[in-house]
Amino acid sequence: MNRLLAVLRGLGSQFRSIGMVFMHTFRPRDVILYPEVMPAVPPRYRGRIVLTRDPDGDERCVACNLCAVACPVGCISLQKAERPEDGRWYPEFFRINFSRCIFCGLCEEACPTNAIQLTPDFEMAEYNRQNLVYEKEHLLIAGTGKYHDYNFYRVAGMSIAGKDKGQALNEEPPVDYKSLLP
Amino acid sequence: MFDWVTPELAAIFWAVFKAIVILLGAVVAGAQMIWAERRLLALWQDRYGPNRVGTFGLLQVVADMVKIFFKEDWTPPFVDKFTFILAPALAIGLMMLAFILVPFTPNWVVTSPEDGILFFFAIAGLAVYAVMLGGWSSNSKYALLGGLRSTAQMISYEVFMGLSLMGIVMKAGSFDLHQIVEAQRHGWFIFSQFFGFCVWVLAGIAVIHRTPFDLPEAEAELGAGYHTEYSGMKFGMFLVAEYVGIVLISCLTVVLFFGGWHVPFEDEVPFFTQIPFIWFASKAAVFMAAFILLRASLPRPRYDQMMSAAWKVCLPLALLNLIGTAAYVLWQTPGATG
Repeated sequence: MNRLLAVLRGLGSQFRSIGMVFMHTFRPRDVILYPEVMPAVPPRYRGRIVLTRDPDGDERCVACNLCAVACPVGCISLQKAERPEDGRWYPEFFRINFSRCIFCGLCEEACPTNAIQLTPDFEMAEYNRQNLVYEKEHLLIAGTGKYHDYNFYRVAGMSIAGKDKGQALNEEPPVDYKSLLP
Repeated sequence: MFDWVTPELAAIFWAVFKAIVILLGAVVAGAQMIWAERRLLALWQDRYGPNRVGTFGLLQVVADMVKIFFKEDWTPPFVDKFTFILAPALAIGLMMLAFILVPFTPNWVVTSPEDGILFFFAIAGLAVYAVMLGGWSSNSKYALLGGLRSTAQMISYEVFMGLSLMGIVMKAGSFDLHQIVEAQRHGWFIFSQFFGFCVWVLAGIAVIHRTPFDLPEAEAELGAGYHTEYSGMKFGMFLVAEYVGIVLISCLTVVLFFGGWHVPFEDEVPFFTQIPFIWFASKAAVFMAAFILLRASLPRPRYDQMMSAAWKVCLPLALLNLIGTAAYVLWQTPGATG
């Protein structure tokens, strides 16, 4: 008798699962038709890497090489140069090999000037592998990216033309170490 | 110009033409089952499935065919060549051969032998060889295990597959499928032969080794079972044979239990009786979809569970059904008891 009950219960459970699966006919689909319908990607998605500009329109990157050091696959290479007219540092070239990049975002975390940022764009497929090597002209965008107000040279103590030491935001005037008074 | 066409010759041509159409229809239906299965599985798993190639992805099968024809047809060096090549041809050939029995409409049938059901059992028995030879000739452990399993499974399920239909044969008084369909004009056999229907469906799934009874393949434990060593179009033939088998079992279920081309409640509402194939096709389509639903929802039983279900549940059920039907038929026949 118990065996018969067990068989009936098992049968019932099988028919129940058949019914439950059938009811999925009327459920909305969990997937989207991708190329026609774009997925809603969160703003902090780690996609294509860009170099941003500060609010004044100058390059943010100061070519400190921290991103290249932080990069676990070594796909970033750049060369520092100095602008003769105001003394700002900038990368002479900035190259990211996206066929190596793993989009870990460590470069973004390492960047002291918020220059390098990851964007929600992920459609980077190429037929030719060489086309995945992005130069500075491909990386540099016109805007400020995720941080609209940040300007490194305006808050940092480094002196450039038009902004001497002590003139940055919230910066004390430099201490005259030749004076005895505190 | 056409003087040589005697009426006899024209009849032969017409019969051959019908046979070719039915053959092509079976192959195309079997191939489109691959698409239908993928779309329906996707629907029940809240996905879309193949919907790019052609309207609704209907040409996906064509794309797959082109791909599979250009794949390397690799025959491993350790196999028994003759049987290795014979097995997939047997698999698909026998499934096609069974279609000569199916009466799609009163006129569209290749042949209607007096012992049609027995002929089907003969073919189903031979179909074991396709899987068994495939598993044996592959000369590898997984394939052999799959072949062994399927041999045991198909042989034991064919026993009561036959028994489950004997009730129908008794009620219709004929082995002829055409006669069986005609006998259901005023009442389908699903109502009077419900237990026979249950056993028949289980056995049908097991004989075409379809999920949940796909233990010969059992990709989780046997690699791919009996067709582990097959590739290219030989594998494709096994695959299409499985789907043609689904179409065949669905058609036979409709013929045997659901009144073939007859309209539901034909006496009350004679609706679309001029195009009987519509009714046949739509009934068969429901069963094909149901087989896919079974695959979408049911887990695969263990091998010993499946065999004990066969011999401890299905066989007694089929025998009880047989005895009950026999008693009923005997009781109804005037003068049989006296």
